[in-house]
Amino acid sequence: MTERSYEKFFRQNRLPHLWCPGCGNGIVMKAIVQAVEKKLGWTQDNTIIVSGIGCSSRASGYMDFDTLHTAHGRAIPFATGIKLANPKLNVIVITGDGDCTAIGGNHFIHGCRRNVDLTVILFNNNIYGMTGGQASPMTPLGKKATTAPYGSIDRPFDACKLAEAAGATYVARSTAFHVQHLTKMIEDGLDNRGFSFIEALVQCPTAYGRRNKIGEPAKMMAWMRDNAIMKSAWDKLTDDKKTGDKFPIGLFYRAETETYDEAYHHVIELAGGAK
Amino acid sequence: MKSEFTLKPERCKGCGICVAFCPRQVLALDTLGKVYVANHEKCIACGQCELRCPDYAIFMDKKVPKKVQRFDETTGLSITVEEVEK
Amino acid sequence: MSARLMQGNEAVAEGALLAGVRFFGGYPITPSTEIAEGMAKLLPQVGGTFIQMEDEIASMGVVLGASLAGKKVLTASSGPGISLKQELIGYAAATEIPVVIVNVQRVGPSTGQPTAPSQGDVMQARWGTHGDHSIIVLSPWSVREAFDLAVRSVNYAERFRTPVILLMDEIVGHLRESVELPAESEIEIYPRRAPKKSRAEGYEPYAPDEDLVPNIANFGEGYHIHVTGLIHDETGFPSGSPKVTRESIKRMHEKISRAADEIIDVQEEFMDDAEFAVVAFGGTSRTAYEAVLSARKRGVKVGFVRLVTIFPFADKIISELAKKIRGLLVAELNYGQIVGEVERAAKGQCAVKLCAKYDMTIFEPEEIEAAIDEMISEVDGE
Repeated sequence: MTERSYEKFFRQNRLPHLWCPGCGNGIVMKAIVQAVEKKLGWTQDNTIIVSGIGCSSRASGYMDFDTLHTAHGRAIPFATGIKLANPKLNVIVITGDGDCTAIGGNHFIHGCRRNVDLTVILFNNNIYGMTGGQASPMTPLGKKATTAPYGSIDRPFDACKLAEAAGATYVARSTAFHVQHLTKMIEDGLDNRGFSFIEALVQCPTAYGRRNKIGEPAKMMAWMRDNAIMKSAWDKLTDDKKTGDKFPIGLFYRAETETYDEAYHHVIELAGGAK
Repeated sequence: MKSEFTLKPERCKGCGICVAFCPRQVLALDTLGKVYVANHEKCIACGQCELRCPDYAIFMDKKVPKKVQRFDETTGLSITVEEVEK
Repeated sequence: MSARLMQGNEAVAEGALLAGVRFFGGYPITPSTEIAEGMAKLLPQVGGTFIQMEDEIASMGVVLGASLAGKKVLTASSGPGISLKQELIGYAAATEIPVVIVNVQRVGPSTGQPTAPSQGDVMQARWGTHGDHSIIVLSPWSVREAFDLAVRSVNYAERFRTPVILLMDEIVGHLRESVELPAESEIEIYPRRAPKKSRAEGYEPYAPDEDLVPNIANFGEGYHIHVTGLIHDETGFPSGSPKVTRESIKRMHEKISRAADEIIDVQEEFMDDAEFAVVAFGGTSRTAYEAVLSARKRGVKVGFVRLVTIFPFADKIISELAKKIRGLLVAELNYGQIVGEVERAAKGQCAVKLCAKYDMTIFEPEEIEAAIDEMISEVDGE
């Protein structure tokens, strides 16, 4: 066989990864390295992977770059420090729905607001997987979790709307089923100068699917196939058609705004510190 | 055969995603829960299996026809033809 | 260099800058805000970066990220802010990221008395974050020393790859004194440690050097290192082994404890003839010194012991002192914290008495002097 070029981005001695059979995280991790591979000038030496805590955040350990597995919810502040300390580095953040929108929620919205040049990829499995299936701020209404045994009554976040409202300059969503689309969404996010946010829906068959009787991993992915609607088509739907499990994927927002690192360079010039 | 499969059983966790999304029922899980190629001849080399494998355990290479030199008996000339390995 | 009138907090900013700090992340909080304000002005003048974060946790996170990317870093806070920072102080200890955290103490618990002085965070400085960890804590008593200890803190953070807490109090933080600061050429600067092996030679980021401190590469230098708060082996990757867990916790303690004699700085005055001594640190030691001077004028044989290094604690020095004298009076602006450490170190070889205050006001020299007399009469009566 022809050796896959993306395999060089994995730490071969760390594989197979620890994710459960059928978990979608591996699909997104591959999409990330394939997107990096397409970026001219992005190398394993100048690209940094930063993650928080949770299933998704274990990805950093498998990726052959300088990698940082931080504390729960704190990946974005660490990533901000890396980028501002050395703006030549390309910084990617891997996070989960609990990590990013619960314990790291404040850091998330302020990262968006500052428009630091980071690309944040949220692996949304709708649940706290690592701790065994507790409800997250992105668990859909009515779905069961160990801490919501009667079904969740907490209204979930739409992380994409949150990112856009908070000031992110690139916002997109895709799924583990739509692999090529997902890779493209990440690639475009890496292209954007500024805070880019990509929500990647992933199936968690163990802690979410089984409890909610959604079925096998493939069935969860078929659900993504059947319910995800491309943004252009979604926009043409009347509200009465946007019902049930249907949800939009694609690019939601893109803007050209000065990044924090560029803006701070002006501060340095004003202060007379520019070399 | 239109394709060549490489399986990495040490990576395969038997989730069945490749089996489910194969449009021609080429793949199956063995008794130990690892993927194997059950109906190779049906494979249309679409690559859906590799695309969605979360464990990087299955790789599908399209068989590219090889260009070989043949002696054409009717014309008596040497010609180039494409040949797919069996 | 000419003398300048400056505040303790300002001196910290200047000291850190001279020691090579080029990144500060902070959040406004009284009475430490002047440090952030100083850094916001000074850092861009030297091409450095100041950032005001959304909270204290993020302030810790951002400086740790910057430190991993190769910058010397500082953050500062007080009271509730220091409580919030504890999570990532532990992360810095576990992952061995150099960082200096300034705590300008105020009255607690909780919001407490935001503008009033206290020394109630001493044991938090040692044990604030969860789990076994080692840490260095230094405490200045003057504006000039705030400058000097800021430099020393940065050097220790880099040399031992550890969090260092510069434990100020509102007294020294807001104290204004005329100081002459040294020039950059006059101070010693410890550089960022560098890998001694290449990847090809089998570089392992958490393999300790002879001094037990690892030479961890900065991000972006091509080493492809992994940093995690999970217990990790010398490769930097998580390990579930009891042996690795034991060895890594032990090494993180020993890298500091084996250098303790060098790190521990205790000022002793009038100890040649002393039968008793006052132990103090930070702003309180200024008052304690006045009290000792005044008592000595009356012929009282009392000495003065000031803890410049709070942790690692001066066990040996206190133990030796306790053999020679009859009583130690510990003066601190709290309900009684460092007194426990002094008692532990004195091992019952002399009397240990507490002079505590926790009412927003600082000690008057007379209060400490009266406590000296009281200690002497108690010990005499025993």
